[in-house]
Amino acid sequence: MHNSHGGPASTDAVIEVEGLAKSYRVFDKPEGLRASLKALVHRPSRVVEALKGVSLTVGRGEFVALLGPNGAGKTTFLKLLSGIITPSRGTARVLGHVPWERADDFRRRFALVMGQRNQLWWDLPAAESFRLHREIYRIEPARFERTRDELVDLLGVRKLVLQPVRDLSLGERMKLELVAALLHEPEVLFLDEPTIGLDVVAQHALHRFLAHVQAERKMTIVLTTHYMKDVAALCRRAIVITGGSILYDGSLDQIVDRFTTHKIVTLDLDEAPDREEFARLGFPCEIRGPQVTLRIDRQRIADVLPEILRGRQVRDVSVEDVPLEEIVAELFRSGGTAAPREPAGAGA
Amino acid sequence: MSRAVTTPRFPGLRAWFTMLVICLEERLAYRGDFILGTAMRFLPIVTQVFLWTAVFAATTRTDIAGYSRTDIVAYYLLTMVTRAFSSMPGLSGGIARSVRDGSIKKYLVQPVDYVSFLLAARIAHKLVYYVVAVVPFAAVFFLCRGYFPSAPDAATIAAFLLALLLSFLLGFFLEATLGMLGFWFLEVSSIIFAYMLVQYLLSGHMFPLDMLAGVPTGLAGVSVADVVRWLPFEYTAYFPAAVWLGKIRGAELARALAIEAGWVVAMAVACRVAWWRGTRRYSAFGG
Repeated sequence: MHNSHGGPASTDAVIEVEGLAKSYRVFDKPEGLRASLKALVHRPSRVVEALKGVSLTVGRGEFVALLGPNGAGKTTFLKLLSGIITPSRGTARVLGHVPWERADDFRRRFALVMGQRNQLWWDLPAAESFRLHREIYRIEPARFERTRDELVDLLGVRKLVLQPVRDLSLGERMKLELVAALLHEPEVLFLDEPTIGLDVVAQHALHRFLAHVQAERKMTIVLTTHYMKDVAALCRRAIVITGGSILYDGSLDQIVDRFTTHKIVTLDLDEAPDREEFARLGFPCEIRGPQVTLRIDRQRIADVLPEILRGRQVRDVSVEDVPLEEIVAELFRSGGTAAPREPAGAGA
Repeated sequence: MSRAVTTPRFPGLRAWFTMLVICLEERLAYRGDFILGTAMRFLPIVTQVFLWTAVFAATTRTDIAGYSRTDIVAYYLLTMVTRAFSSMPGLSGGIARSVRDGSIKKYLVQPVDYVSFLLAARIAHKLVYYVVAVVPFAAVFFLCRGYFPSAPDAATIAAFLLALLLSFLLGFFLEATLGMLGFWFLEVSSIIFAYMLVQYLLSGHMFPLDMLAGVPTGLAGVSVADVVRWLPFEYTAYFPAAVWLGKIRGAELARALAIEAGWVVAMAVACRVAWWRGTRRYSAFGG
């Protein structure tokens, strides 16, 4: 299989994807006995397009977030890049290999971590799984020990490697999964919902760890997630997928820039204000005790703010962007119909 | 960044051996389960001994299809040994389950050969079983020593051991291939059940297959036993036992060993093809 645009791949591009599409045939299970009997003869099915022609390039050392609602095609995309599934159309190259040819040479150079699956042996201590990885990935013993020690110390899980995996908490297990996935020093790491089900402390620890190893090793990471916190903490580049297509591909800051028309202004007053008085300003506003929150058009904020402050006893005032979660949730809901704002000139 | 890859001699073999050791450790985590399972295996044999004692008591014949009462009991005890090599509890079901629940993905992503892994896991499974089972087996054979008047000669014992080893491989590849049908069918338990039924009848697990020698197939001079000889089933129970009892000798023995080896190769190839085609299908349709 050849890359459709031919020519030698750029040395910096680690992942090159062109028109990648994947459809599945799904069988509907009709309700009721009569329908079930009918289904014995003819099973009604339909084709679902999980991914509809995605093209993108990821350079070496990039940390990319794949965002999207459930069923958007994020996991399908990662499965294609890891060679678990073959596409219906399109081409992909990861580290110069066609992933679904599953060459050992390719498989020794990347890793896939899925939040809900385990690669570790359930009834044995993680140390045993690590040892097996040393052999199947052919890691030189001295290097193996060094990498393992470094990783377990970074995550603070040295004491856990000798306990059977089944006795560990979800967060502890996830940390050890990551160690196992990184032992062979993959050049590319795919993470599918790595923090799903984890508490805030565990999420935070994982983020710090990922940020650290990524910077240290110049690893290329693609992460799918629901949690905006994952993204904001780690990735410069975010790709928003909905309904199998890319809706947005760019920096996180620009998502805020392009897709928001408002800023959030919060005032802390001395005492609960007169509701009417704020309603008259004509902006959506919310009043909780002495705290007032207003959504104000970005372009008008410089004019409006002095007017609001004038003649009031204000203890504190803050002007913030709409939270990323909200913007992305709005993007998901609209499925791309949310009109992007013209790129803002003002460095807000 | 330089790659952390070394090339020791036989890296694949080393990896496989590590797999074997780790599978052994994992099996040992389930010791308790085994002890009960082993004890249960001895129950059916007791009923068989009673059944055949009654059969011989009701007849004036001293042998049935060339088996005396002593031979019959010895035969059942020996098939128990053979089954300890050739039966693969949980193998097909386990493969089908890992296809269904998606844990098979691990073997697509990692540079590991799934069939080699399964083989390592099964050898480990068997080794642990033998360690646990050797005591009750020894006890039963000691108590039943009267049914084994004399040990066969060294050549027969060698043929018996070879037949046993091949029966392990045959059972493994047969059931692994069955399990891989899970790539095509969501539920393979009914297929496995049908297989078990046929296998129970035609393997000699139920009765010595010499008893089929007199059953005509309708074709002139061809008995059911002649047909069964060319199928893989009897090599997973009857054949090694019959070898030990001296029922098959000389050229006939050599031919039977060749058929058994042929089936091992055929099923190993079938297993590979099923894996290869199955994963292609899995990649194309599901994942």
